[in-house]
Amino acid sequence: MSDVVEKTLTALPSLLSLDSHPGSAKLSSTSKLGNLIRGITELTSKHEEEKLIQHELLAIKEQVSSPNTTMRQMKELMVRSIYCEMLGYEASFSYIHAIKLAQQGTVLEKRVGYLAVSLFLNESHELLLLLVNTVLKDLQSTNLIEVCMALTVVSQMFPKDMIPAILPLVEEKLNHPKEIIRRKAVLALYKFYLIAPNQVQHIHNKFRKALCDKDPGVMTASLHIYLQMIQENPEAYKDLTPSFVTILKQVVGGKLPMDFNYHTVPAPWLQIQLLRILSLLGKNDQSTSEVMYEVLDESLQRAEMNHNITYAILYECVKCIYTIHPKSDLLEKAAKCIGNFVLSPKINLKYLGLKALTYVVQQDPKLALQHQMTIIECLDHPDLIIKRETLELLFRITNGQNVTVIVEKMLEFLCISEDDHTTIDLVGKVAELAEKYPLKYNEWFIETMNTVFSLGGDMMQPDIPNSFLKLLSEGFDSVEEDRKLRLFAVNSYIPLLRGEPGKLPQRFLQVISWVLGEYSHLREDLEPAEVLSLLAKLLDMKNSSSETKSWVLMAMTKLCKGGADASVTQEVSETYSSSLDTVLRQRAHELQYLSQDPELRARVLPRGAKPETLEVDSSLSFLDRFVSEALAAGAAPYKPPHQRQEELDQSKALSLEPYGLSLPISMSSCSITDRQSPTLLSMSSGLSGDTLKLDGIKRVWGREGYLAQREPVEEAAQVEVPSPIQSPGRQGEGDSLHSQTPTQTPTPEPEQEKQQLASSLFVGLASQSSVSLMGKSEPMPQRFRRKAKGQGLGSSFIANEQISSSLISPPSAVDNLLCNNLLDSNNASELAEQTSQLSQSLTTANGTCHAEAELTESDTKGCNPALRRDNCVVAAGPGPHNDPGRLTEVCLDSYLPAELSGLSHSEIAPLCANQSLNLSACHVQKEDSLILVVFIMNSSESAIQQIPAGEVTSYSVAVGQYSLTVKRPAVHVEVVGTVSYQLPAGTSQSLQFSYKVPLTSFIRPFVVSTEEYGTMWLSFSHDTKQNLTLINDNQEPLTATLNALKKKLQLHVVEVIGMEGIVACRLLQDLPCLMHCRVNAGWLAVWLRSPVPDLPDCLIYHCQRALQSL
Amino acid sequence: MIKAILIFNNHGKPRLSKFYEHYNEDTEQQIIRETFHLVSKRDENVCNFLEGGMLIGGSDYKLIYRHYATLYFVFCVDSSESELGILDLIQVFVETLDKCFENVCELDLIFHVDKVHNILAEMVMGGMVLETNMNEIITQVDAQNKMEKSEFFPFFSFSLSLYRRLSFSLPGRTGRHRPVLQERPLVPYQL
Repeated sequence: MSDVVEKTLTALPSLLSLDSHPGSAKLSSTSKLGNLIRGITELTSKHEEEKLIQHELLAIKEQVSSPNTTMRQMKELMVRSIYCEMLGYEASFSYIHAIKLAQQGTVLEKRVGYLAVSLFLNESHELLLLLVNTVLKDLQSTNLIEVCMALTVVSQMFPKDMIPAILPLVEEKLNHPKEIIRRKAVLALYKFYLIAPNQVQHIHNKFRKALCDKDPGVMTASLHIYLQMIQENPEAYKDLTPSFVTILKQVVGGKLPMDFNYHTVPAPWLQIQLLRILSLLGKNDQSTSEVMYEVLDESLQRAEMNHNITYAILYECVKCIYTIHPKSDLLEKAAKCIGNFVLSPKINLKYLGLKALTYVVQQDPKLALQHQMTIIECLDHPDLIIKRETLELLFRITNGQNVTVIVEKMLEFLCISEDDHTTIDLVGKVAELAEKYPLKYNEWFIETMNTVFSLGGDMMQPDIPNSFLKLLSEGFDSVEEDRKLRLFAVNSYIPLLRGEPGKLPQRFLQVISWVLGEYSHLREDLEPAEVLSLLAKLLDMKNSSSETKSWVLMAMTKLCKGGADASVTQEVSETYSSSLDTVLRQRAHELQYLSQDPELRARVLPRGAKPETLEVDSSLSFLDRFVSEALAAGAAPYKPPHQRQEELDQSKALSLEPYGLSLPISMSSCSITDRQSPTLLSMSSGLSGDTLKLDGIKRVWGREGYLAQREPVEEAAQVEVPSPIQSPGRQGEGDSLHSQTPTQTPTPEPEQEKQQLASSLFVGLASQSSVSLMGKSEPMPQRFRRKAKGQGLGSSFIANEQISSSLISPPSAVDNLLCNNLLDSNNASELAEQTSQLSQSLTTANGTCHAEAELTESDTKGCNPALRRDNCVVAAGPGPHNDPGRLTEVCLDSYLPAELSGLSHSEIAPLCANQSLNLSACHVQKEDSLILVVFIMNSSESAIQQIPAGEVTSYSVAVGQYSLTVKRPAVHVEVVGTVSYQLPAGTSQSLQFSYKVPLTSFIRPFVVSTEEYGTMWLSFSHDTKQNLTLINDNQEPLTATLNALKKKLQLHVVEVIGMEGIVACRLLQDLPCLMHCRVNAGWLAVWLRSPVPDLPDCLIYHCQRALQSL
Repeated sequence: MIKAILIFNNHGKPRLSKFYEHYNEDTEQQIIRETFHLVSKRDENVCNFLEGGMLIGGSDYKLIYRHYATLYFVFCVDSSESELGILDLIQVFVETLDKCFENVCELDLIFHVDKVHNILAEMVMGGMVLETNMNEIITQVDAQNKMEKSEFFPFFSFSLSLYRRLSFSLPGRTGRHRPVLQERPLVPYQL
């Protein structure tokens, strides 16, 4: 056949040369593609292929850069480049031409251009910026195909910082009459949401509109967005549950057009998506779950078992039923379904059945018992994936009795697995199980761990050897048991070292040398000299890493006693004391000195000592004096590494990270949509309680240095308590259960083996199942126990609950957090820390009035304001208003210091109060500063001491003034403080307050000339761009808008030329921000620049708000 | 979300690769090689799902694949996709290719990489499933192809028809799509 092909292909060009058809160019190059492909086929080695393709690429390069190449030829060249790239050869020279083709070609050529661009480039590629204009143009095109292509490429990749440029156009497409365009626009917006969630926050109602679109396709597309958003924050979308239920009901009921059917199943993918959304919404929420029971029941019934895709729906249904608040009859049906899956001869379904079982087994271990024989069969399944899934399931049902069998199965699998990922995962699991149940089976534990170490090799998680050694060194309650365990370890290691230690992984060698160093003395018949020589052998091995060597040297230090061993140690320490590796050199010197001085050695390395618990002052408070002296001497305050790094990055590069600029109007909905909100909110609960207490943290230092903190001892003890007593009973139950299975009666030999295996695997499950049948509330005590032990699975559930409960924590806390800073989840801690600092400064500043206490930021990376306060506190004498309890805000007005009374001030807002004090505050905008005025009102009968102002007599008011400046801008700046005071009775108390100031209060006009503006513009590195709405009254729109902004935000309009205007402002004291405005297609394109990070983003947010409120 | 879609033949030669997440060139090639390695050593009677594989298959990801005649179609997805749903999506994809190319074969995929990509773009957009209805996909692709039709040469398709010995046997065909395809002898074509 290939002859024919060859002939045809070689004939093509000659045919073409005779032909004057315009398509000739295209064909000749297609045949070139043919030639290329044929050429590759004939090659025998990778090397030849490389040569051929390089040759081809050279040819393409030449043609591509020739000015005579038409767009049509270019299209063919691109296809060839795509082919080469697919084979893994870089054709970077063609990238720019792909962009050009997308820009200039006709529709078809454009399509190839776009395709090439989307295959060649990525989101962060610099050339992509050149595509922005083309995309803009095509989005506005009247040709639907061009619009479609533009939307497709946008959803594949688009530079994050250019999203604002096309966002309005994409949004517009949501109202397009063609459904395919609407659908693609929805997906493009979803992509924007994924890469820059803040940019699309303001169009959430449009997402809702898309959900209600009359075309089911558009609605389906919008579900992608909802699935994502609900995953991030289910609470915010609970109100949509009935809508999703209704949609699902209609789909299941066959209300969609026939077009949506797939193998007679109505819109299966849509059903799957909806079921996933419902399970997210109904999780841990009874009332929401109740709404969906009916439709779940219906979909279970409707999905007749006849095609793959119905199984897909069933599987989602089952998962949903087990995720939401349980309902017993649904659970029963779901359990039956799972049974069908597991028993199915189709292997894919079996796989999913096992997955489902793994998912539900914690709630319903009975189900695993029912299918125990199937599970056993799956263990011997030829498909490794099925086997692994089964082991995963077994891992979940492990208890004290079946652990040995399950671990054995896992180790068996480990021996045949070739996949690194699987190995690491499984090794971790085995180690976890082994450590969970070590006490009862000393030898088993050591042997298992030996296998783990030799199989897991150096890939395994480093905490496995660490916790193993810790377990060994801390021991258990019984001294005798400990001794046995350690002795057994030593006994098992010596033959390994005598054998071929070169084959053992480095990690294992490290463990061995540590254990021998510590415990080899337990074995009496073993001469230390022999151990030393064994260890010295390890040092001579070529493949020993220097880390292993240093472990070995340390072990030798512990063992050497002088005398006979001296020669070995002497030799070793001499060899390594000149090593280039400093650690090794250090160890060698230690070895040398300690081996010569037994007394010192006994003191430094006492034998058989229990690991001591060291109290570590993690706050490093003993350094406070040193720090304050250094600060006083002018040292810069400490910044944690991540902050330094961030600042470094920010000063180096443009900040492309969009900040919360287009926040929706209502702050509460904002809390819901922000992607980081779960952490934020959980932090907020932490704030209301008292987290962040760093005291009481203990770290344990073993003799080998730092060892990770865990509590295996208690864990082991707890786990083991019930088993010995109940064990016979359980055994019986397990037996009786499997005897109920139909396969039982006359059992052939292998069958019996399996049943034995089953009874050993599933022992202990029966008793559990009798306790926790189905409900989710019943297993709780068990979960709590698990949590106390710091176990993963159960406690994650609890953590979830905590998060959800914090979601409904008082809205004020949420608001504060959000206002303070939307972008940073570290927020709560910062707030709290600031509070403490403020209180300190308030109390210390008590005596010296004009001390300028500068509160530096605590370890923030977000934009927390730092306060600078002129602590000029004005004590107002007992005022004329002595009427107790009726000091209203109006009255407080009169307490305003005289020099401020002429200026405009914000409303005096009450902050907080207790039985003796009332705090209120307002801020006053002075020309060059912002003054926070705090009114401290004594509402008690007695005088109060040691308020910053001094003494406040009964029913009078003290006023404090603080000048605020912003160090790092945020949309709203939050001031947090504490007033500490002393009642006459001598009890000192404190009252915390927080006060919110919008950033706009810190903005002042900035008078510059156009030239100055120009030079500054170029030097500022942080910028942001956004389109704002124009004000269209009878005036010229640009001037009208700028004037409105000027009035609202105190900006300075530098100059207006035609359709462009430049505006400047500064953030107190003197942080400039420049704004360049241009009228463009009915929008005001605004470009903000500033040397301060975040300032442009915050400012643009306020500009938006200002224009919206008009 | 779908992370990547790969098509390669029985010898591991890539026929189409589309990544919805950015990897550098070398990593992409490595992923293709590794995926082929994983998929090719699996028997016919095992499940169509694969977990593991350091690069793309780690933790949350899994591979879902189907094997048709000489080609493997592999989708790499994260946990937010339904396994069986994707399995049928592959079927829809292949049936759509079959309709567009009239008895699709490996060579169609080689010579019309751009077309295959265009069809795929109507199904999956930026990693999200856009359309699952074959007829709808074909309508969209046809609308775009209308202009192209006039540019085709009659003998161009003739020369290709020589190659067309190899066809897909589509497993699991049921319902109304069955009559479309006939079983043809498989001629292994080694490229």
